[in-house]
Amino acid sequence: MAGIITGVVALACTIVVTTFYAPMSQGKVVNATVEWLPSIGLNFIVRLDGFSWIMAGLVALIGFLVVVYARYYMSPEDPVPRFFSFFLAFMGAMLGVVLSGNLIQMVFFWELTSLFSFLLIGYWSHNPGAREGARMALTVTGIGGLCLLAGILVLGHIVGSYDLDQVLASGEIIRSHALYRPALVLILIGALTKSAQFPFHFWLPHAMAAPTPVSAYLHSATMVKVGVFLLARLWPALAGTEPWFWIVGGAGMATLLLGAYVANFQQDLKGLLAYSTISHLGLITLMLGLGSPLGVVAAVFHLLNHATFKCSLFMAAGIIDHETGSRDIRRLSGLARYMPITATLAMVASAAMAGVPLLNGFLSKEMFFAETIVEHVDSLFDGALPFLATVASMFSVAYSLRFILGVFFGPAPVGLPRTPHEPPHWMRFPMEFLVLLCLLVGIIPGLTIGPFLHIAVSAILGGDTPYYSLAVWHGLNYPLLMSIVAMVGGVLVYLLLRGYLAQGQEGPPLLRRLKGQRIFERIMVTVSWKWARQLESLLGTRRLQPQLRLLVVLALVAGIFPLYMEGFGPRRLSFEKIDWHGFDTAFALMWLVGMSCAIGAAYQAKYHRLAALAMLGGAGLSTCITFVWLSAPDLALTQLLVEIVTTVLLLLGLRWMPKRVADVYPDGAVPLKVLARRTWDLLVAIAAGLGIAMLSYAIMTRQLPETISSYFLENAYTGGGGTNVVNVILVDFRGFDTLGEITVLAIVALTVFALLRRFRPAPESMAMPEQQRVQFAYDDAHPDRNIGQTVAEYMEIPRLIMLWFFPVVGVFAVYLLMRGHDLPGGGFAAGVAMSISFILQYMASGTRWVEDRLRILPVRWIGIGLLAATFTGLGSWLFGYPFLTSSFQYVELPVIGKIPMASALLFDLGVYSLVVGATVLMLIAIAHQSIRTPKLPRKAFSAPSSTGGQ
Amino acid sequence: MEIIIAAAIGVLTGSGLWLLLRPRTFQVIIGLSLLSYAANLFIFSMGRLRSNAVPIIEPDTPGNLATLTDPLPQALVLTAIVISFAMTALFLVVLLASRGLTGTDHVDGRESDL
Repeated sequence: MAGIITGVVALACTIVVTTFYAPMSQGKVVNATVEWLPSIGLNFIVRLDGFSWIMAGLVALIGFLVVVYARYYMSPEDPVPRFFSFFLAFMGAMLGVVLSGNLIQMVFFWELTSLFSFLLIGYWSHNPGAREGARMALTVTGIGGLCLLAGILVLGHIVGSYDLDQVLASGEIIRSHALYRPALVLILIGALTKSAQFPFHFWLPHAMAAPTPVSAYLHSATMVKVGVFLLARLWPALAGTEPWFWIVGGAGMATLLLGAYVANFQQDLKGLLAYSTISHLGLITLMLGLGSPLGVVAAVFHLLNHATFKCSLFMAAGIIDHETGSRDIRRLSGLARYMPITATLAMVASAAMAGVPLLNGFLSKEMFFAETIVEHVDSLFDGALPFLATVASMFSVAYSLRFILGVFFGPAPVGLPRTPHEPPHWMRFPMEFLVLLCLLVGIIPGLTIGPFLHIAVSAILGGDTPYYSLAVWHGLNYPLLMSIVAMVGGVLVYLLLRGYLAQGQEGPPLLRRLKGQRIFERIMVTVSWKWARQLESLLGTRRLQPQLRLLVVLALVAGIFPLYMEGFGPRRLSFEKIDWHGFDTAFALMWLVGMSCAIGAAYQAKYHRLAALAMLGGAGLSTCITFVWLSAPDLALTQLLVEIVTTVLLLLGLRWMPKRVADVYPDGAVPLKVLARRTWDLLVAIAAGLGIAMLSYAIMTRQLPETISSYFLENAYTGGGGTNVVNVILVDFRGFDTLGEITVLAIVALTVFALLRRFRPAPESMAMPEQQRVQFAYDDAHPDRNIGQTVAEYMEIPRLIMLWFFPVVGVFAVYLLMRGHDLPGGGFAAGVAMSISFILQYMASGTRWVEDRLRILPVRWIGIGLLAATFTGLGSWLFGYPFLTSSFQYVELPVIGKIPMASALLFDLGVYSLVVGATVLMLIAIAHQSIRTPKLPRKAFSAPSSTGGQ
Repeated sequence: MEIIIAAAIGVLTGSGLWLLLRPRTFQVIIGLSLLSYAANLFIFSMGRLRSNAVPIIEPDTPGNLATLTDPLPQALVLTAIVISFAMTALFLVVLLASRGLTGTDHVDGRESDL
């Protein structure tokens, strides 16, 4: 099923691409732009010109053929849908690369192809080789991709635009720019890694651990072509300079020779094909490196030809593997008698690979030879080109011969896992189709590939398109002579090597020791293991305190340094101007208490937690009164309510914190080291406190500069329909921030809930608290009393009061919510108030009692709140406004009177509901811990029991 | 007024930081709470201190900062108060779970070897 869908998509792509033949043959460029960030020139541009058209057609058509093949190749035991979804995703990324009209966008898709290649190579993830190969491929091509991104950014900086058309049109500017060389090198690293060019070629043979359809599609026909595609794409902008010639031409030549040489010594069919692919990619790179228009023609032509014959050869290797169970050339032989059709097809394809006349490989190879003869740069390398090309071609003939003779001829194979036979017809069909193309292009090039090649080449070269002839026979000339030499030489090389290869050694002589892979591994180990460990041991610590100390000191220095540089110090503070009239003794006294509380909390937090908590509350109350004093009623209200819930929460937590053991240094003999640390911390804390006090004093005594506050004040009523500006800011002007904030609150509440579900308290705190134990023991000792009765009795009056408070606080919360837009109040305050009314019941009557009578379902409150807030925001879309635009009007309600009905009220309702849900969820989750652990005495629990959440 | 608030912010910050650098989790949670008071007051004071200013605008007269309080720092602090509550709750639960799992209330999850 997955295969059929993928096949249909690929076929549909092919058909869509085909329909563009008419505009392409007229040399037009089809563009479609979706604006994304037009202000900085980043748009999603799909651009189709002749070259990308050919490439897109290649990707889609070969994609379709490989899907047909893979349908038969993949075993049903493998997760086939996953294979096809990766495959489809890869195809999409490939089409993205070739169709991008924006370079950044192209790099994005480029990286995507690397990622999907990683997933496809590692498809058989149980196989360590596959995982290794995938990792290596991703590391090499991914690093290349990042270099490419950097290069493209430099290129975009030079041109001033990332638009492909503009970049292509400014070749002169680019080549004469000072940054040309860095940009070129970075871009070339990207292209060369992707196309497996020397010295980055080593990843490709390891990528052969992938299923064969992947090798056929990604690692011969399409993905590895992306590198050379980019070279050809940017050829008008970058090519034709000395560095281009030396880097691209040099890498191409080295790869061509090395690949062809090493391919001869591979014992694995796919390994042979992999090195052959490397070598052919080298040939294409070399052609592009020469910097002449005819070179580009040859490169594009060979790119297409190579895709057809190499893809069919990979399919043949896959069929052989599939039908015999082995890919080892040493074990395979004489297969022609079992699978004559496959053998014939593979022979034709290998002949095309070797460059035999009347096949497509011959034509592009002739073009290549002709191009090597022409002089480009006056140097020894240029002079040696024809000879090197002939030598490489000889090796290519030799390994093609070996592929055919070794596998299909000779005695019948022995000891294969399966008896070989022909594959199903449809598995062979893609090969047949591709081989037919090889033949047609090879025999009548002018009628078949001619127009397509012309479209592609003229899209790259434009007006510079040179004259070239696609005839099979050009008369007796040097290229033909070179071909003949290569053929004869290739046969001789094969005959010479046959004896050596029969010994069955893996890998080429001379180069066997030098493995790119080994070097790669060594680098990886050094960087990701050795250096990382050294860095960790140098800089890291698992202890929190030194880290925090460092952070605080850094912050302190970062705060002091700029002030010091500007000459700011305590003397610059203007204490003369202190307005002693505004100095309020009551306020000062209040803060005297507040500050004492803060210091007391700091002093007592280690051993006397309850005292510290009470003093924390004192400091909080001072803060709260300050807000009242200084005209911030909203803050005071919220602070007061939050203060209550925080305290209840911490009190609930205290139950689970075992007593601290007395001082570890009993006789006051505190070690010097500890003493020094404490002194240092004290100094740091004092310094930070002084610093922040000075800073805030300095700011407060300065004139308030113009801020955006005036805007809020002026527009709160006209734009937001509320007179309480703070609330209007929260639910209207900055509604989106508030939405984000309540989402955070919801996440925290759920996290608390989740953490507590698996909560295991400290063993020391498992036992019942002493107070409860005494009470229960007293109840137990008296036969007429039920257990828990004492608690219930002395909680009776508070319980009744709190019970009666429930509706009062509830109504108060709704009141706060309703008036919030115009008067102090609002969703946050109302939500916390409402949750207090719930938690009061828990405290007064005990968890069980409440839950028998009241089901609160806080998670549902959270969900409803989040949905209400979001849908209020979405609602404005219905009217064509941006997200969270509010509208308002006043509505007369009976009894209640005139109330503002802003859509912001709905939003605030969402905030309210969420805050109620989140707060109650957290408090209840902790309160619930108390009813599950204590092991109660044997007597039955009688209602109203009161564990009171504590 | 300013000098009192400045001193208050300073003392709250100092006590909070001292506790933040202590080894016991409960000290850290109290320290964070004190620090968040300090931070809230600091942000609030950025709008300058004004007693007896009007926090609510008149419906039909556009307000200005001469008579009204600065709403912007207040809006910032209002959300900060709620978020610091969430942070305290989360930290408390992590503290309890860590105490249960590791058997110590040291911030590193194990007693330091000095």
